Amino acid sequence: MRLVRELRDNSVEFLTSFGSAVIFFLRLLAYTPRALLRPRLVLRQVYVVGAESLVLIMMAGLFVGMVLGLQFYTTMAKFGAEQSLGAVVVLALVRELGPVVTALLFAGRAGTALASEIGLMKATEQLSGMEMMAVDPVRYVIVPRFLGAFIAMPLLTAIFNAIAILGSWWVAVQLMGLDNGQFWSPMPDNVDVFDDVLGGVLKSVFFGAAAGLLAVFEGFRAYPTAEGVSRATTRTVVMTAMAVLVLDYMLTAILI
Amino acid sequence: MRQEETLIEIRGLKYRRGDKVIFDGVDLDIPAGKVTALMGPSGTGKTTLLRLITGQLAPDEGTIRVAGQEVARLDRSELYALRRRMGFLFQNGALLTDFTVFENVAFPLREHTDLPEALIRDIVLMKLQAVGLRGTVDMMPSELSGGMARRVALARAIVMDPEMIFYDEPFVGLDPISMGQIVRLIKQLNETLGLTSIVVSHDVQEISTVADQLYLLSNGKIVGSGAPKALREDNSPWVRQFMQGLADGPVPFHYPAPSLEEAFLDREDKE
Ligand SMILES: Nc1ncnc2c1ncn2[C@@H]1O[C@H](COP(=O)(O)OP(=O)(O)OP(=O)(O)O)[C@@H](O)[C@H]1O
Ligand SMILES: [Mg+2]
Repeated sequence: MRLVRELRDNSVEFLTSFGSAVIFFLRLLAYTPRALLRPRLVLRQVYVVGAESLVLIMMAGLFVGMVLGLQFYTTMAKFGAEQSLGAVVVLALVRELGPVVTALLFAGRAGTALASEIGLMKATEQLSGMEMMAVDPVRYVIVPRFLGAFIAMPLLTAIFNAIAILGSWWVAVQLMGLDNGQFWSPMPDNVDVFDDVLGGVLKSVFFGAAAGLLAVFEGFRAYPTAEGVSRATTRTVVMTAMAVLVLDYMLTAILI
Repeated sequence: MRQEETLIEIRGLKYRRGDKVIFDGVDLDIPAGKVTALMGPSGTGKTTLLRLITGQLAPDEGTIRVAGQEVARLDRSELYALRRRMGFLFQNGALLTDFTVFENVAFPLREHTDLPEALIRDIVLMKLQAVGLRGTVDMMPSELSGGMARRVALARAIVMDPEMIFYDEPFVGLDPISMGQIVRLIKQLNETLGLTSIVVSHDVQEISTVADQLYLLSNGKIVGSGAPKALREDNSPWVRQFMQGLADGPVPFHYPAPSLEEAFLDREDKE
């Protein structure tokens, strides 16, 4: 009985949060054209968000690429298929790993920073202060941060992918002794610009919207206390990770 | 003498937070061009009243009219238009922590006007000079003391030359020198610019020197009002207790709580 009640309460809570997140999202969209007309605030946020995550994304990209190179090389060498390695690695990264891993790392680094920044601004009455100066905090604080995350995500994903490909190349070619030409030559034939590359970009666009939305949403509705802000931060990571994985499945199913 | 105009008119205001009734039928008139003080014990809802007047909160019942407009009925752009005519000094300052003092004070100008940079600079420095903090222009809010932050916030509140200004506890945490300075500034703004000022304060002495009219709030009601001098001679027990700072009287010093016996017995039960 208790389990049923708890499940019910949780799903009610989830649905109401989901509903208010959707409404919030529509509100952000309504503000977006005006925000893009004054791009200074948005560009600043792209820069801030990008700079925060850049080193992390590059390191992660390098090691993910190296692991892929190592794993695929040893497995594929068993079947004598190591000449397809380059194409396989690129497909795995561009279609799947690049957007997903970047989005998860982004949630942990930039998403939490956004949520706690906005939550703190609320707790210290900075948002009310803006309201009283007749400056809409949604326009001035929230929308530029959302758009910053939205724009930064595909860029970070591209960087992640590029570095990961180099990482796998380094392991496969330099360490394991695969021929350089064998690594690169199968790519043009097997990697399709529309299916694979654009599909990946589309994913990262969706993930950027989800990660940016959830971070500013959780920050903006945080209870204005220290505990409220820390809860908002945690929820940002958890919710973004869930959203990214669910979206990933749905997008993959649609794209295939 | 000019006919006294009412800038802010509150009728039958009721407001509750959860189960707690904060205002239970408040009527209040704030005349234009005067300094009106709102006083009352801590936690009676003075800050809440300022938030209601400025449209940050909506009343449960009753009406609040500012300059003829009913605040709760305004849409966002009308409310913002009204707020441009208001200055608001938050109890804690509410400075933007990412901006320098200069940028904080310049913020409303940058958002609402297209003034050239040189003019913005002059206005900002002038306002900071008025609160005695021109020397802090390049500091960050985190480098200021609480009292300094509040004075910077005051400079920001007056930077757009508002028609009315709300001060939430402007004197708390100020040393006697800056306190005197701020008191003079409030008076001066009121006299030279004809600003309507609404001051929330506990400080009976200081406020009596600036206010034209006092309202005393307690338990969700107005328990006394009038000119400072008249109030000081008022014989109602509420007013006497507050104006003279007596512990005994109708205004309880303690926030409502179970009796001491109950509280302690309850704890023993649990042990
Ligand atoms: N967010 C809130 N949720 C619930 N109750 C609140 C909230 N904020 C304030 N209150 C309650 O409203 C009442 C009035 O608060 P308010 O801040 O207006 O008091 P105040 O008169 O400004 O006090 P002080 O002089 O200490 O600043 C308090 O009793 C407080 O318990
Ligand atoms: Mg207060």
